[in-house]
Amino acid sequence: MSRIAGCAAAARESGRSLLIPYLVAGDPDLETSLALMVELAAVGADMIELGIPFSDPSADGPAIQRGVERALAAGANLRGVLELARRFRELDGETPLVLMGYLNPIEIMGYAEFAGECALAGVDGVLVVDMPPGEAGDLPALLAARGIDRIFLVSPTTTAERAKEIIEHTSGYLYYVSLKGVTGAALDDRESVAVNIARLRGWTDLPVVIGFGIKDAGTAVAMSELADGVIIGSALVERIARLPPTQSRRSDDVGEATALIGSVRRALDARCGGAGASETGKRP
Amino acid sequence: MPEREAAFSGPDESGHFGPYGGVFVGETLIRAVAELAAAYDRLAGDPRFWQGFDADLADYVGRPSPIYLAERLSAACGGARIWLKREDLNHTGAHKVNNTVGQALLARHMGKTRLIAETGAGQHGVASATVAARLGLECHVYMGAEDIVRQAPNVYRMKLLGAEVVAVESGSRTLKDAMNEALRDWATNVDNTYYIIGTVAGPHPYPRMVRDFQCVIGREAREQFSARTGALPDALVACVGGGSNAIGLFHPFLADGGVAMYGVEAAGRGLASGEHAAPLNAGRPGVLHGNRTYLMSDEHGQILDTHSVSAGLDYPGVGPEHAWLKDLDRVRYVAATDAEALAAFHQLTRLEGIIPALESSHALAWATRLAAGMEREQNILVNLSGRGDKDIEAVARLEGADFGINSGIRQ
Repeated sequence: MSRIAGCAAAARESGRSLLIPYLVAGDPDLETSLALMVELAAVGADMIELGIPFSDPSADGPAIQRGVERALAAGANLRGVLELARRFRELDGETPLVLMGYLNPIEIMGYAEFAGECALAGVDGVLVVDMPPGEAGDLPALLAARGIDRIFLVSPTTTAERAKEIIEHTSGYLYYVSLKGVTGAALDDRESVAVNIARLRGWTDLPVVIGFGIKDAGTAVAMSELADGVIIGSALVERIARLPPTQSRRSDDVGEATALIGSVRRALDARCGGAGASETGKRP
Repeated sequence: MPEREAAFSGPDESGHFGPYGGVFVGETLIRAVAELAAAYDRLAGDPRFWQGFDADLADYVGRPSPIYLAERLSAACGGARIWLKREDLNHTGAHKVNNTVGQALLARHMGKTRLIAETGAGQHGVASATVAARLGLECHVYMGAEDIVRQAPNVYRMKLLGAEVVAVESGSRTLKDAMNEALRDWATNVDNTYYIIGTVAGPHPYPRMVRDFQCVIGREAREQFSARTGALPDALVACVGGGSNAIGLFHPFLADGGVAMYGVEAAGRGLASGEHAAPLNAGRPGVLHGNRTYLMSDEHGQILDTHSVSAGLDYPGVGPEHAWLKDLDRVRYVAATDAEALAAFHQLTRLEGIIPALESSHALAWATRLAAGMEREQNILVNLSGRGDKDIEAVARLEGADFGINSGIRQ
């Protein structure tokens, strides 16, 4: 069982919601990213999504665009991201790590080398935003051969036929995009998310997590009731943007940036432990 | 549609030209792109759609555009005869409107009420705003903040036409960033919005669809040239940014083995300087804006900033069909520098009384060089894709001329 599958299975068993923060690797620099990742795991992140900076992040909203620009300005690139992953893995042998990004940097490195480097770095899953399963070439097979999960997106506009096809190609978890638009925009109404996820549940046992538009404990709790977990990206990246420069940083500044994730963790656990737990639609 | 040789009959059903093209977009846009492809497939098989398109091109755009023998320019080059396909005479001043007329008809057919577009030089933005005004559709044009400064007259034209021009402040603040922002808008407003891409790039079906709309250039030119000379031209020359005017001219001639073709990219300050916009000459295959094609990217896969004196060629990618035609060796892709394009701009203006767009000036620069090495009875057909009125302010600024009433006027 992959690290991701193991993590998701354990959460399901204990009735706990998965909490997956996203940050841009190298924003504002690789050292800070590493410190943030360690802190995120400490305050209750179940997995971490690490964004690969790309010059043209056409599926991302303003917060993540600016994070990417900060990372690129500091010289981040795919090799640096893989090195960051490897260093995190040396410090933390448990927390699953997913690389999320756009195809061009991976294509320029070469699929085989990328898959090999991911395996060496201890990466557990890969999500390429602008690579639908039909255009993936041999990348999924190369990742699968090294035990790395292939994560794909399903959106409110995905047809039933296509959702089933995506599920065929997916391992680890299914990432449900909760809205029409880019990362960090406003959430779709709860009802339509509920309907769409119930539909997905009918076709797969894969964990379903919800991302795009979850900003705080309130939205996280509301969405977590509908799925196995939630992803928080833009809201965290906005807090990282407010970090003081390295030289004037206090020891608890990183903790302040990640405090959001800690508070969401507590809210999710309170819900799961409370009387409402049996109504959440979660399977035993 | 004329018959084509098998190798040139792309794309395949999933939108690929050999290894290029395809649909590389986020999941939210997949259905929109598929619906567009289906709607276009239906309409492309309906002769009434093409009759409507042809009628609009005739009555609204002013087609057919003539071909013109540039005798004084040819004489100055001392070689082959140079002919111009006069796309500069179209309504709105460039070939771009052929495509926006076609896509606007499609948008209306699909029941979309809101048009969005990206623009670099502003020509596609103006052509989009124009058809939006004519059909009474809301129109938002994304334009890099840098380009807004460079192309102020076109910004004002778009506003006059009722479009909202949205300044894009992200990334390099040019055409590629405008395209990113338009893709974000489309993903957000996918239900009522139609995205008019201005060139033969983007996810399938855009490269095919825009080509089909622009092929009117080559079909007309083929007939006109045959009627005038009883033969086909020996060579075709067109500038290539995204490559829509070039593919429009080239495509109806692809099966004619005797016709040489040259696509002219922007060499900017020289290919060796790195400050250019010539992915087919100096780039590598990669994935951007929905398709696989030649791109200007660094060794880490980051898209590079481009430079060209011409805002319309200032783009790091190129249409996937051009990438394929390069690999097939059917079209030769060359490049002209800023300085060469500016010289050609002046040359055509002085010798023929035609002020060409800076984009088209790149094609002219190559054509004059090519002509000099050819025989006098040979013929070169150049796509004069747009007129240069939009560029005179930029040229004056570049050359340090006093752009005003005092320059060059005898007191």
